[in-house]
Parts: sequence; C-alpha cells; structure tokens
Amino acid sequence: MRPEDRSLILDTCVRAVFHTILLLSLYLLLSGHNQPGGGFVGGLVAGAAFVLRYVAGGADEVHRMAPFRPQLLLGSGVVLAALTGVGSWLAGGELLEHGKIDLHLPVLGDVHASSTLAFDIGVFLVVAGLVLTLLESLGDVAETEEQAAAEREAGAGTGAAP
Amino acid sequence: MNVLVPLPIVLPLIGAGLCIALRSLAAQRVVAVAAVTGALGAAGAALAGVERHGPVAVAVGGWPAPRGIVLVGDLLALLLLVVSLATVLAVLVYAVGQRGTDEASGFFHPLYLVLTAGVAASFLTGDLFNLFVAIEVMLSASYVLITLGGRRSQVRSGMTYVVINLLASTVLVTVIGLIYAATGTVNMADAALRLDAVPDAVRTSLGVLLLVTFGIKAAIFPLFFWLPDSYPTAPTAVTAVFAGLLTKVGVYTIIRTQGLLFPHDRASTLILVLAGLTMVVGVFGAIAQDDIKRILSFHIVSQIGYMIFGLGLFTVAGLAGAIFFVAHQIPVKTALFLVGGMVETGTGTSALNRLGGLIRTAPAAAALFLLGALSLAGLPPFSGFFGKLALVQAGLAAEAWVITGVSLFVSILTLFSMTKIWAGAFWGEQRAEPAPAPRTADAAGAVATTGGAAAAPEGGPGALRPIPRLMTWATAGLVGVTLFVAVAAQPIYELSERAAGELLDRTAYLEAVLEQ
Repeated sequence: MRPEDRSLILDTCVRAVFHTILLLSLYLLLSGHNQPGGGFVGGLVAGAAFVLRYVAGGADEVHRMAPFRPQLLLGSGVVLAALTGVGSWLAGGELLEHGKIDLHLPVLGDVHASSTLAFDIGVFLVVAGLVLTLLESLGDVAETEEQAAAEREAGAGTGAAP
Repeated sequence: MNVLVPLPIVLPLIGAGLCIALRSLAAQRVVAVAAVTGALGAAGAALAGVERHGPVAVAVGGWPAPRGIVLVGDLLALLLLVVSLATVLAVLVYAVGQRGTDEASGFFHPLYLVLTAGVAASFLTGDLFNLFVAIEVMLSASYVLITLGGRRSQVRSGMTYVVINLLASTVLVTVIGLIYAATGTVNMADAALRLDAVPDAVRTSLGVLLLVTFGIKAAIFPLFFWLPDSYPTAPTAVTAVFAGLLTKVGVYTIIRTQGLLFPHDRASTLILVLAGLTMVVGVFGAIAQDDIKRILSFHIVSQIGYMIFGLGLFTVAGLAGAIFFVAHQIPVKTALFLVGGMVETGTGTSALNRLGGLIRTAPAAAALFLLGALSLAGLPPFSGFFGKLALVQAGLAAEAWVITGVSLFVSILTLFSMTKIWAGAFWGEQRAEPAPAPRTADAAGAVATTGGAAAAPEGGPGALRPIPRLMTWATAGLVGVTLFVAVAAQPIYELSERAAGELLDRTAYLEAVLEQ
C-alpha cells in the first residue's frame, strides 16, 4: 500500500491494539479447556489481529509482522494435531485419548494441564495459518489489481491531454 | 490390530500437513506417495487380520460406544478401502507424471491427501454424524480439486457440483438429526438396535430419506444429472479419482445404512426400479456422447445401477455381487479415465471426431484402453465378467427377471459404446487437422509444455506430443490391479460373500461395536 493511502488514525489505533489482541488470543487458547475459548476461537482472534494490520497497512505490513510462509503455520498445525492423536497411542491409550498433568510452577502456582492443549495449539495454528494464507493469496491479488486500475486511470488521464 | 484401523485416516492427514508446510514440490511428492503407501499397507494388514478374527472397533479418545465415536473395520469397509487406496496411489503417481497437474498449485498434494483421509474415514466410521463429517472432509477437498486451474468452464460446472453437494449435505445432516430425534443416538450399531422400536412408518421414511440423500452422492437416477456435466472439466487425475471413488463412497454408504439400519423394511422394489433406470439412462446418455471423458462419465452412472441392483435384491448373493462389483469398478473406471488423459496429453483433445489411428501412434494407450474397456463391458475372462455373472446369478435366484434382463441388455450397449471409442480414437486414419484450442485443463497443460501457441505438435501432422512414461506406468499398474481382480476373482468373491453375510446378519458388527 502506498504511504499516502494509509490512514494515520487507523494505523496508530491498530498498532496500539495489535499486541493486546494477540495476548487475548493466547488467553483464549489456554483457558479453553474448561471455559469459553479454545484453539479455534483463539486462532480466529489472532487471525483478526493480522486482518486489522492488513486493513491498516496492506499485505506488506502483514508480511513484516509474520515474516514466514503462512502455509508453514497451517501445515505444522495439522501435523501437531494429528501427532497428538497418535501420541496418546504410543503412551498406551486409544487414538486421541487425553491425559492430564498437575504441575506446581514457581510463579503461576498450581497448573492443571491436559494433553488436549497440544491438540488445541494445533487447531490454533491451523486457523491462524488459514487466515494468513487467505490474506496472502486473496489480499495480494486484490491489491495489485487495485493498483493496476489506479495506474491505468492515471495513464488514461495523461494520455488524453497530449 | 486396533492400531491399524485408524492409520489410513491419520497417515494421509499427517502427510497433508507436511505437504502444506513443505515448499519443494519434490518433497511434497515423496511425502504424498509415502503417506498413501503407508495407509494402503495399514489397510491391507487390517483386512488380513479382520479376515481371520472378525470385525474390530476402535473407540476414539477412549470413549466407548455408544457415547463415543467408533471406527469400525469389518470386511466390507476394509475390502473397499484397500481397493480404493491402491487406486488412489496409482492416480497419485499418474498426477506426478503428468505435466501441469501438481505444478500448477502448491495445494494439489495436501488436498489430494485430505480427500484420501476423507474417503478412508467414510469407509471406517461407525457413527452417523461422523460419517457426515467424513463426507464433508472428502467433499471440501473435492470442491477445490475440481476447480484447480480456475478455467471458466471448470468454475461453471464446478458451481453445479458444489451447489448440488451442499444441498445433499444439508439434507443429510437433517436426516441424521431426525434419526437422533427418533432413537437418541447417532452411533450406527446402537441406532440399528433402537430403530426396531420406532414405529414402522417413521422408520421407513427415515430409510427412504437416507436413500435419497446418498442417492444424490452416488448419482442414482434421477439425481445423476450433475455428474456428467461436472466431472469431465477437471484435470484427468482429479476426474479419475472422483470417478473411481466418490460415487462409490455414496454406494458404500447406501449399502451400509440400508443393510445395518433398515434390515426389515427393505425398500427393495423401489431400489430395483431405480437401479434399472440408472443403468438404462446412463448407458443411453453415454451412447449419445462423442467425447471420451463424457462417454466414460455417463458410464459411471450406468454402472452405479448394477451396484444398486445387487443391493436391491437383499440376498447374500446379491449383496456379494454388488460388493464385488464395486471392488471391480473402482480400478477399472479410474484406469479408463487415465487412458483418456493419456490420449488428451498426446493429442490435445478427447473429442472422438478429432481422433483416429492412435493404435499406431500410441499403442500402449490402445492396449490399456482395450483391457479396461473389455473389463467394463463384462467380457470373460476380465473382472467385469465375474461381477456381472455374480449379479445375474443372484438376480435369477431371486426371480427378479425384469431387472436381470435389463442388466444384460445394458451390458451389450456398454460394449457398443466402448466399441465407439475404440473405433473413433484408436482405429481408422490419423486425422491431419491440427488440434484445436485447448478446451480442458489437461489440453491446456499439454500445450503449455510444448510452448504456448504451438498447438500442432512438432514432427508434422499426426505425430503426438510425448506421453510421459510415468503416466503410462501408473495406468498400466492400475490395469494390472484390475487383471489381478480377475485372476483372484474366486477369493475376492468369497470375501465379498462373507462381507455380505456379515452385513445381513449384523450380529458380528453389533458385538464388535457395543461389547468392546
């Protein structure tokens, strides 16, 4: 996106809330086991944070914030989720069976963790990766077409007045 | 044993994840082939175990039936799964060999593997709602695959395909909701027991509703119109695997649900009438076409009629014939589409009036087509003969004279229609006219490889663009599978017979699921 097309107000607001939204998405991911939330919602919220950046700064901005192929996120999420299913097997349970661990961590206190968390993280990665993939494959195209149309218009304008 | 049953679903899914993450096409190909081969191996081993020890059920997540979701491996599911995965593997190799199928988009392999996982899950699941999910997984991958390349004709007919399938899925989930309302369960084994207590009228209407829903997916008359329109526009590898698998998954679900859930009020007459109409309308449609892929697409419909015919008899012999026929159809139909793709790669077209003399220029394609076509038409000693023999014998034993007569009549028309392709494409003089502008994805790919506008192949008129060797070998491998089905017809038929017995008897299946 050209610098003069960016809105200062939108840009500043998005920068202010971006990291908060990402934190919220992590909170939703971790609290999802017994409370509203979970990997899917968390992933959507994280994706929404990137959508905001896209609206404010275009595809380049998203690339700067997530400097890797979004497919990597998508793929590793699927693999992680599938491996969680197989992992419980190797531990002697049924496919996708889950176990729980109660930990006492120094700062956080008692933590009740379930192995479904690993599955949820996989879902989180899939959903966030999917949103980023959509932004990349659809957003880039839309933007280039828009620019091309703007340039054509500008070209026609100068061509009409020789 | 229990470990093997979920593997055909899990391995392709892990492979799909890896394939999306990997950038290199070569690595994607290796992962995809490895995942499908692993799934095939697991399914084969599971079949061997089930053949000896009876059906197995796996409670996913450790939640036992009827509350949890179960995966059930019985003879019917695993036999069809093994044949399907062998076909999936052959088509995958073909797609790697064919220019322009998996190069065009980094998403071909991931989607193909998700499709495979969906097919495997549809065969293995023992839960109605999970069956809906599995079919959706399979279909969502297919929506993208059928429009891969994004050509105008593909998107137009892809829309028909998507809309009709979304409609069918909506009806399906509604019917499953109704079954849940009537019985309080979506576990198939549990529902089978509880449906006995449901009033007759309700049960019959649920059965017919399920038949209609899966009938759309299986392309039974009169709900088949979407198929010949949408299949031929996709890339050959995609059309071939759709032709081989998707409608057969529909047939499998009909056999499974009608056999397991509604064994008492068998909609026998209705199914037999539909079977006859499907056969006749499909084959007449095929005769009216003059394009290899469109002819073959109508034959998919026609052959579905035979499978439904076997089911409609509701005898062990009839069901065994139907199961054997499905197992024979999957590789044969797919192989014929692959040959069609070879012809298109070589000549840039699959229209019969532009082809001719291929027996001299592409002898391998001609030989492979001949083997597949004779098998499809049901000439001895090919696999189609044994399938039709079993069905006709079952029909005569059940004294269903009319439908048996119709099936024999349609066989002759099938042979006639295959002769039409043979005479049009492989015999006769080579056409001197240059290939027209590409109409399909394959032809476009073929042209792209020879350099844009140079539609006429080098070496003068009549010469063919080279057909990649891997495509020929993959097709030959699949034809090999069909010949194996013919050679091993006796043991495979015995397996089908036992699967049919299990299905009609129900006790082994119910015990495996509910008493684990």
